Amino acid sequence: MPPTDDEIARDAAEAVARRSYGKLVAFLAARTSDVAGAEDALADAFATALVDWPTNGVPDAPEAWLLTVARRRMIDASRRQKTRKEAVSHLGLVMEELEAAAAEAAKVPDERLSLMFACAHPALDAGIHAPLILQTILGFDAAAIGSAFLVAPATMAQRLVRAKNKIRQAGIPFHIPERDELVSRLDGVLEALYAAFAEGWSDHAGSESQPRNLATEGIWLARLVATLLPEEPEALGLLALMLFAQARYAARRDGDGEYVPLDEQQAAQWDAALIEEAEELLRRASRLPTSGRYQLEAAVQSAHVVRRVTGRADWAAIEGIYDVLLNITGSPVVAINRAIAVAENRGAADGLAALDALAEDARLRNYQPYWAARAGLLARTGDVAAADAAYERAIGLNTDPAVRRFLQRRRAAL
Amino acid sequence: MKYMLLIYEDDTDRVANMDDRMPTCAAYAEAMKKAGIYIGGERLRGVTTATTVHVSGGKTHVVDGPYAEAKEQLGGYHVIDVADLDTALAWAARCPSATRGRVEVRPVWPL
Repeated sequence: MPPTDDEIARDAAEAVARRSYGKLVAFLAARTSDVAGAEDALADAFATALVDWPTNGVPDAPEAWLLTVARRRMIDASRRQKTRKEAVSHLGLVMEELEAAAAEAAKVPDERLSLMFACAHPALDAGIHAPLILQTILGFDAAAIGSAFLVAPATMAQRLVRAKNKIRQAGIPFHIPERDELVSRLDGVLEALYAAFAEGWSDHAGSESQPRNLATEGIWLARLVATLLPEEPEALGLLALMLFAQARYAARRDGDGEYVPLDEQQAAQWDAALIEEAEELLRRASRLPTSGRYQLEAAVQSAHVVRRVTGRADWAAIEGIYDVLLNITGSPVVAINRAIAVAENRGAADGLAALDALAEDARLRNYQPYWAARAGLLARTGDVAAADAAYERAIGLNTDPAVRRFLQRRRAAL
Repeated sequence: MKYMLLIYEDDTDRVANMDDRMPTCAAYAEAMKKAGIYIGGERLRGVTTATTVHVSGGKTHVVDGPYAEAKEQLGGYHVIDVADLDTALAWAARCPSATRGRVEVRPVWPL
């Protein structure tokens, strides 16, 4: 069914409003230290825009429009709370600056990076850095973040509230740290950007109605960080990793929108320019003295796309890099990928044995890629009954209809 | 923002070496004064001098000793007024006691 004019107008309004969201939250939060308050004010402004814009058209200066509404909400909120005199006069100053910014939208400075570093401050629990960035910069809700990080939505919501309270009450600053601190603070920021990117990348091609492309947003933010820190190998490594993945974005769906696994993709469909850019970033990173997780993950991608030239992925290199990565991260997701590489190098039975070693990990019980990998390897060893059960589990856990259909085809072919 | 820097150290060791350590502690406090951020602070007598009071059911209970038994005890505090947590943490790191024990940084809750 083609979208109605109303839907088109609404999607256009939402796309514009979303682009401004993180920037305006950063602008307000940097001045009030009140992240939750900034989000509330913007959420109201956002909702108002979604009612007003589809009817009256998107304004010429959408950020100014949103700021003006947000400003009213903040004044109302401060009246309701009978805020102390001191806070009111501070809010007055903020409002003056807001007004000036609203008058000329071009002047709204981009302080998203400062907000990211506040969210990744060492005074906050490391586990909350990425969720905070996703929520404040990109407007994810607690349920979506919880599912990305394998945490119950209510628990995630509670942790986010607690962290925002600490930012405000403990006076965590909104600024880009000095050079020596910057590097140590970078981990949380990069992890969050990667999570955002992964969420967007797994959002299937063809779902054009999705107004936000988190993969693109993630790349944009990663470029910003890589520009700011050209000597930091992990910043370069993360951007390279994202570009390698993005280069294969189109190739992982066929003409009918069906899922195509990496080993069956046409190398000619990969975006050569993005791959070249990623390889160059990786070369730059490798000339720097240290290496880390993202640089290694990018190297895995490089070993996959070498198939463009040699006709076969460099599985020996891939297994070796995953060994190192597993040592660094201890991540069960890395262990799954390593098991797949083991199967390519030494046969399905060995790969399956590597997966069996992970079976006790409770985090994998409802993790779709684990069951899909298991099903594929069981099928190759000829254990049809066990493969069938594993495919059923993977299908039941999947959220992507195209991948679900792919798994169903594989299951039917057993 | 105002922050209290709460200094926790091995109490026996702190009391025994107070005279030796006092000049560096005084220099630290002086540096904070010169920076224009110092509100106030005190060193405390050792925990052997502490008495703990608790009122319940209309009855006052007085117990010899500190509230909690631990190796590292509150030995003093400073209150400073600085721009943000990073600045407070930077000052806490300069405290001579931070290398011997721990300095807890807590924002003051304004009335």
